Amino acid sequence: MNLLYCLAGVFLGTLIGVLPGLGPTATIAMLLPITFTLQPVSSLIMLAGIYYGSQYGGSTTSILVNVPGEAASVVTALDGYQMARKGRAGVALTTAAVGSFFAGTVATVVLALFAPPLAEIALKFGPAEFFSLMVLGLLASLVLARGSLLHATGMVVLGLLMGLVGSDVNTGTQRFTFDLPQLADGIGFVVVAMGMFGLAEIVRNLENEDDRSLLVSKITNLMPSKEDWKRMIAPVLRGTAIGSVLGILPGSGSILGSFAAYAIEKKVSKNSAEFGQGAIEGVAAPESANNAGAQTSFIPMLTLGIPSNPVMALMIGAMIIQGIQPGPSVITEQPALFWGIIVSMWIGNLFLVILNLPMVGMWVKLVSVPYQYLFPAILVFCGIGVFSLNNAEFDVYLMALFGVIGYIFVKLDCEPAPMLLAFILGPMMEEYLRRALLLSRGNPMVFLERPISATMLALAAIAIIVASLPMFYKKREETFRDD
Amino acid sequence: MILRILRVLLCSLALVGASQVFAQDYPSKVITIIVPFAAGGPTDTIARLTAQSMSATLKTQLIVENVGGAGGTIGAARVAQAKPDGYTVFVHHIGHSTAPALYRKLAYDPIGDFEPIGLINDGAMAVVARKDFPAKNLKEFVDYIKANKGKINLANAGVGSASHLCGMLFQSALNTEFTTVPYKGTGPAMNDLLGGQVDFMCDQTTNNASQIKAGKINAYAVTTAKRLAALPDVPTMSEAGMPNFTVSVWHAMYAPKGTPKPIIDKLSKALQEALKDATLKQRFADLGSEPVSQDRATPEALRAHLKTEIDKWGPIIKKAGVFAD
Repeated sequence: MNLLYCLAGVFLGTLIGVLPGLGPTATIAMLLPITFTLQPVSSLIMLAGIYYGSQYGGSTTSILVNVPGEAASVVTALDGYQMARKGRAGVALTTAAVGSFFAGTVATVVLALFAPPLAEIALKFGPAEFFSLMVLGLLASLVLARGSLLHATGMVVLGLLMGLVGSDVNTGTQRFTFDLPQLADGIGFVVVAMGMFGLAEIVRNLENEDDRSLLVSKITNLMPSKEDWKRMIAPVLRGTAIGSVLGILPGSGSILGSFAAYAIEKKVSKNSAEFGQGAIEGVAAPESANNAGAQTSFIPMLTLGIPSNPVMALMIGAMIIQGIQPGPSVITEQPALFWGIIVSMWIGNLFLVILNLPMVGMWVKLVSVPYQYLFPAILVFCGIGVFSLNNAEFDVYLMALFGVIGYIFVKLDCEPAPMLLAFILGPMMEEYLRRALLLSRGNPMVFLERPISATMLALAAIAIIVASLPMFYKKREETFRDD
Repeated sequence: MILRILRVLLCSLALVGASQVFAQDYPSKVITIIVPFAAGGPTDTIARLTAQSMSATLKTQLIVENVGGAGGTIGAARVAQAKPDGYTVFVHHIGHSTAPALYRKLAYDPIGDFEPIGLINDGAMAVVARKDFPAKNLKEFVDYIKANKGKINLANAGVGSASHLCGMLFQSALNTEFTTVPYKGTGPAMNDLLGGQVDFMCDQTTNNASQIKAGKINAYAVTTAKRLAALPDVPTMSEAGMPNFTVSVWHAMYAPKGTPKPIIDKLSKALQEALKDATLKQRFADLGSEPVSQDRATPEALRAHLKTEIDKWGPIIKKAGVFAD
């Protein structure tokens, strides 16, 4: 019976993942009342299925039409969409499916074997460690760009500035909110991502009057070739590892995981010149990371009762209403629940592959639908999705505004991906920096005195030095300017 | 011109008539409960449990709509402007009474723009410290704080949150100052308390009872007048040596100003029925909370309570010099 709820969950999850903007948080919130009538285990299995199903489905629209279905699939759009334009949408979708399944399997095993000790390790991460991790992440964001380094740096700074909008965490002072209460909690990530990616892309496509088709070349095979399979193995493994680790950390674990996996892949891959133009590694790595992170983000919730993201907070709410006290005792007092969820995760991942592989052919046909029919549909779905985030019209207008800004940036040859990562990291960095300094009574040495934090800062310093050494200059030139 | 005035008059007459008919068959469609916080949080949980029980009495669905943001003031502003037809109601916590002191530019009047329906529950808070904190009870804790001035870190879930309010009260009761470390919500604050990054916080038992029971953090006292069934070993503040220190995170239900009296009465009746429900009582108890007595689940009791709380918190917040905007 629980299998059925698992299937229903992942099916729904895929569906909402595919619909741009309509994320797992809104859907789970809507479905919460339905689950009250179910057994606690069944309801949680279904909700969990919706969550990782949506992480999975989100990649579909990223690849096909450059509209990230949800936050973690922004990076997938970078290379996935380029693959689709070259007629390799089928290959990209299959890669995403296989990578996700592998990552989901590994992460589930990790969860089953090591959940409690991993949660303890994650607790060792204090504000200082988080800040240093973010510094490293911000450097990585520069790697996301395929154009000029100057443009990328400019976009990173802009992203950091946009992240400042909203209430100051420590004092509650409003910053850059123009007295609009809707901005008091900052600008939503999905709003920016859909505007800058989805809407801007639509405007750009409509500009070319004669050639509005999304395809620049004919659809080739749907399945990856032998060469493709070979190229995706290492990125999938690396993506899984990165995603699993970052997923455990509270905050934006699974978003960070996909960005980090992509950045690292671009650095280490021997095909790094192809990144941004449809490299299969650029789909395999972030998709694996994002699915692995979706599974491991259950660890703090299941072992400590602490929600690491809004979806986990909803799951905790669902447990309380069912009469289960989430907390450290769930594993010992509710073993059926704990193990039931874990087993269901693996089965759910299997369902996802079975469900999605046959649909690849159908999705690919979607790209060949004449654009004048396709784009109004995308617009409507974006609108509905963004509205559903907070039930606020304001967010829809804001998305439209970011669509205009995104289009200007397209014209200026500035890429939105580094800006988006800085936009996520900026507010977190500020929060952790200020908290670390509050706790150390203003002593900045705290970042060097704590070993984990010091290691990460050292890595960041090495990255800068290596990048600026003259003998590496040529290579860097290749990485940043390949078109 | 005269014709137009006449027309407006006729229309408004028709409207008055309609609203009376309304009250008789009320409720004839789904009722929306606005919760000004994200789904899954304590207020959302309280609202959903109450909604479920009230559905049975009112014989219609009550659905929860989460309109979060800006410490609950965005949701409250939405309700203040909603049509007063009884199909929009509002569940908020103690923050409804602290908003006028915390926000200098509030888009609504917490008393004037709402019709009270009734109180729902009194939620307890507990003073908790990291596991390895060198104090076994509240007295040792207070002594330690006094001996180590300027070294103690107090976490809270952000400006205007219940934990922030309790922390301010604790600070003014002990007449000392802590380094206040704000977080975005209870989850991350609890995470750092478990990890030993901060020293203590005062938060709703909804959020910390399971950690206390599992021995992951130390609990020194609960802020209610009586001990909690869920935490029988934790003394009350007055038992532990701090009399007159009571804080309750109360939740209440409101409707927009102008909602007809018969409808308010119907909702209030349904609320009282819901609070008698055994399942609801059990779930509330699991959260370390209990429904209010029947006489407090009334518009009159809520009106008086809201006024008292606004008067209680205003000076404390003013003295601390805290603003949320």
